[in-house]
Amino acid sequence: MLRQIGKRFALAIPSVIGVIIVTFLLTRVLPGDTAAYFAGPAATAQAIEEIRASLGLDKPLPEQFLRYIKDLSTGNFGTSLTTGQPVLRDIAERLPASAELTLLGLLISILIAVPLGIIAAVRQGSLIDHACRIVATAGVSLPVFFTGLILVYVFYFRLGWSPAPLGRLDIFYSAPPHVTGFYLIDSLIAGEFETFRAALAQLILPAATLAIFSLAPITRMTRASMLAVLSSDFVRTARASGLSPRSVIVTYAFRNAMLPVITTLGMVFSFLLGANVLVEKVFAWPGIGSYAIEALVASDFAPVQGFVLTMAILYVLLNLMIDMLYGVIDPRVRLEG
Amino acid sequence: MNQRPALETAHIAATEMAAAAGAVPPDAIIPVSAPKQTSLLAHARYVIAENPVTGIAFGLFVLIAVCAIFGPWIAPYDPLASNTTSALQPPSAEHWFGTDQLGRDILSRVIVAARLDMAIAVSSVALVFALGGLSGTAAGFFGGWTDRIIGRIADTIMAFPLFVLAMGIVAALGNTVTNIVIATAIINFPLYARVARAEANVRRDAGFVQAARLSGNGEYRILLTQILPNIMPIMVVQMSLTMGYAILNAAGLSFIGLGVRPPTPEWGIMVAEGAGFIISGEWWIAFFPGAALMLAVFCFNLLGDGLRDIVDPQRRT
Repeated sequence: MLRQIGKRFALAIPSVIGVIIVTFLLTRVLPGDTAAYFAGPAATAQAIEEIRASLGLDKPLPEQFLRYIKDLSTGNFGTSLTTGQPVLRDIAERLPASAELTLLGLLISILIAVPLGIIAAVRQGSLIDHACRIVATAGVSLPVFFTGLILVYVFYFRLGWSPAPLGRLDIFYSAPPHVTGFYLIDSLIAGEFETFRAALAQLILPAATLAIFSLAPITRMTRASMLAVLSSDFVRTARASGLSPRSVIVTYAFRNAMLPVITTLGMVFSFLLGANVLVEKVFAWPGIGSYAIEALVASDFAPVQGFVLTMAILYVLLNLMIDMLYGVIDPRVRLEG
Repeated sequence: MNQRPALETAHIAATEMAAAAGAVPPDAIIPVSAPKQTSLLAHARYVIAENPVTGIAFGLFVLIAVCAIFGPWIAPYDPLASNTTSALQPPSAEHWFGTDQLGRDILSRVIVAARLDMAIAVSSVALVFALGGLSGTAAGFFGGWTDRIIGRIADTIMAFPLFVLAMGIVAALGNTVTNIVIATAIINFPLYARVARAEANVRRDAGFVQAARLSGNGEYRILLTQILPNIMPIMVVQMSLTMGYAILNAAGLSFIGLGVRPPTPEWGIMVAEGAGFIISGEWWIAFFPGAALMLAVFCFNLLGDGLRDIVDPQRRT
């Protein structure tokens, strides 16, 4: 098992290298003056020259690349002009907000999508099956920022059930002591249930937006793979042996059908990490997505670069985890060289 | 790294699973009732009759196309003319979709915006169709180093969350509409390259290719005159399937303030402009452009599914 994990890690290295090369190319080779980008729009010519020298942009490209790698390995992602802090620190501060949102969204989505997909497959052609198809087609067509705004209108303005969509916590509450950075978990650890309730109230709408967004691919995949499994021989055998429909579906079919669904999660994460940026803008969520948007609008390039790199590396790691999970669930999965 | 598209991997996983369980592969389970001797037109009619939603989607498509082509002539008001006396009016007989904070007619803006949104989506899809289609076909047909290099490029793009990569590309290339087109094309590249590669790979030693080779055609000539025309139908389906995604992606980028600048009417930026008014109850500013966006994407997704049913009935879900 350990050797397998090691091997799998080795396979992720080319992706990481590719990601680093692309982020490097994005800043250095493409048209436009990198020094001017890093200096910001208000910089004088002299300041730009100084930045050019300090970034080593007057050196040949391979040397710049080595320097870039060296900077990355020491955690130097540059300094943000808008916040005046090192980019890595900014990102580290804001990452838990994004992670909490994305993970809760995904969790809600899985809890709805998987049962829905299973029922749709078991009762093929039923009302639920048709509902499932509508959800799947409509879900991929909904722009995620549009869903978010509709939810805000309905649940904040019309019904008044949810608090104003402005950040992680209402201003009347103070953030729980920092342990994990996840407000839901931290407030429980500190025993502040009122804070927990407030944080959850802020979190529920953006998380629901992300959930609606990722519902479609998961439902579709669950239904398709459940259908494939249900028509397989071992399910027929299980049925013929007189097992109850419940144990056939839950114990035999479900576990086998989950494998392709877990693979789909990789793709879902790719979309989710992108959708997260849009949702954070709609809900003024203080995560790394809105950090990147602020930086983009201000033409502050170091945070954008740091953001792209962080997201890409996170995504590579997530894929790695999914692959390992796959290996844990299905021992037959052998690593391909 | 195992970076095949999730659906393909899943399909393979399902096949392997079925094979391991001693079952026949899923393709063999579902009897494909492809009409044998009927023409394409008759088959198209059959598919539309079977699934009337495709017909509705086609109607929507015509509507969007009319707006995109004749938008400025259809729009009841000037989309840029502001009129502060009639600002923030809810939908009425005079202004069907209401007016925004500057008193501009939202219906007119939504109609006129269709052209820009469609132009961005169509040109980015055309660009990736040419780039991804050609390089994928070359990769599948030649194999070897060509395949490895193109595969590696596709893998590297897939290693990024796609929207995030698009943000990075637009930020690096500069904040213009052209660069939104380029970024959208780049993030769709792996999809096209992979489909083209798979289709070309199956055909590289097909009878008609060998016949062409025997009659003395060069490899490039075979690629362009034999392989490419043959995979065209599948690629066109791929185009219509990714069209919706291209629209969403471009609108998402302009929603966060990239590319299109106000006061240009564009659905994404109009939703962004209306977002601030949602919490004070002026829903119509963001709702109508958002709904237009949703309908456009919905329409292209349905059309893509319908087109796939016509061209490639085996992949029907």
